Amino acid sequence: MKALKFLIPLVVFLVLAGFCAYALVQNHDPHEVPSPLIDKPAPEFALTRLDQPGQTIHRADMLGKVWMLNVWASWCEACRDEHPYLVEFAKLKALPIYGLDYKDQREPAQAWLAERGNPYDASLFDANGRVGIDFGVYGVPETFVIDKQGVIRYKKIGALTPEALRDDVLPLLRKLNG
Amino acid sequence: MADLRRLLAALLAVAAVVPAVAAQAPDAAPSSASTAAVAASAPATVKFEAPGARLTAADPALEARMLAITGELRCLVCQNQTIADSHADLAVDLRQEVREMLQKGRTPEQIRKYMTDRYGDFVLYRPPLKPSTVVLWLGPVVLLAVALLALVVVIRKRARLADDQFEPDPMLDDGTEAVDATSPRPGNLA
Repeated sequence: MKALKFLIPLVVFLVLAGFCAYALVQNHDPHEVPSPLIDKPAPEFALTRLDQPGQTIHRADMLGKVWMLNVWASWCEACRDEHPYLVEFAKLKALPIYGLDYKDQREPAQAWLAERGNPYDASLFDANGRVGIDFGVYGVPETFVIDKQGVIRYKKIGALTPEALRDDVLPLLRKLNG
Repeated sequence: MADLRRLLAALLAVAAVVPAVAAQAPDAAPSSASTAAVAASAPATVKFEAPGARLTAADPALEARMLAITGELRCLVCQNQTIADSHADLAVDLRQEVREMLQKGRTPEQIRKYMTDRYGDFVLYRPPLKPSTVVLWLGPVVLLAVALLALVVVIRKRARLADDQFEPDPMLDDGTEAVDATSPRPGNLA
């Protein structure tokens, strides 16, 4: 036992190196903060439609179906990258897709959709970003999947990718609708 | 001597671990001095604030309370800044949100809950003590205790060793030995 004492610093070093290697290898993006909202009821909201300022959509209106909430804005660079995938995904009609037009103005937002295609069943117009804050939005685009009971089941921070849609969203959807 | 080398090596290793563990916490516990400075200089800070901040700067007391709270909350956009410091749009909005909550009489505790409900414990610069953060909070103390214990054990062991177990002390300039290694030293008479 005593003879092995000289190994202690080596063991300590290896443990440290192990931690460092883990941090390097696991490929964790510190910008992706796990949302405490997962598996919690979606916050209340009542927002007007982007295209119809007279019509309001409430949280309660969405109960009973699994739906996607995609936070976007016409000023958002990353949304431009994400948008074609979303337009493509909408053609599958896998689930209703609602936009949350975050801290935007109606005119440029509508022009943006007219130019790039509109994958949304409707976009909720969140001019002052209050609903975005309630959803814990901090980096547009963000995407949520909300189940029939109004519980948030999935959140993606940053642009959706075809992989995320195929490997995360669609299997989750099968589970929630199954 | 071999024992001494091992002791030194072990201590060095522990010394290497302590800052590494402590480094996990610099965000966790910003110097309260800087936070206090932000709070104390609230009226002066206003000129650095985004336009939204000026609207209610007329109430310096409210502004100071708001900055005291947001000074301990992490901005999700610029993650190494506090909500009080950040110029990100979201931070401006959240400062306004905190002002309004304070005006409605909400306590700092309620406001912190409002933030963690949305963004998780990640926004707290002082993470709460709970099972998942025990290592963060107690790790450095435990390591220090282990290091001190090792030090005490080794010193006591060495104190019991006979003189001839030690290497002779180095020569003085005049070529004589500093202390005669064979003659008993006062400390070792027992």
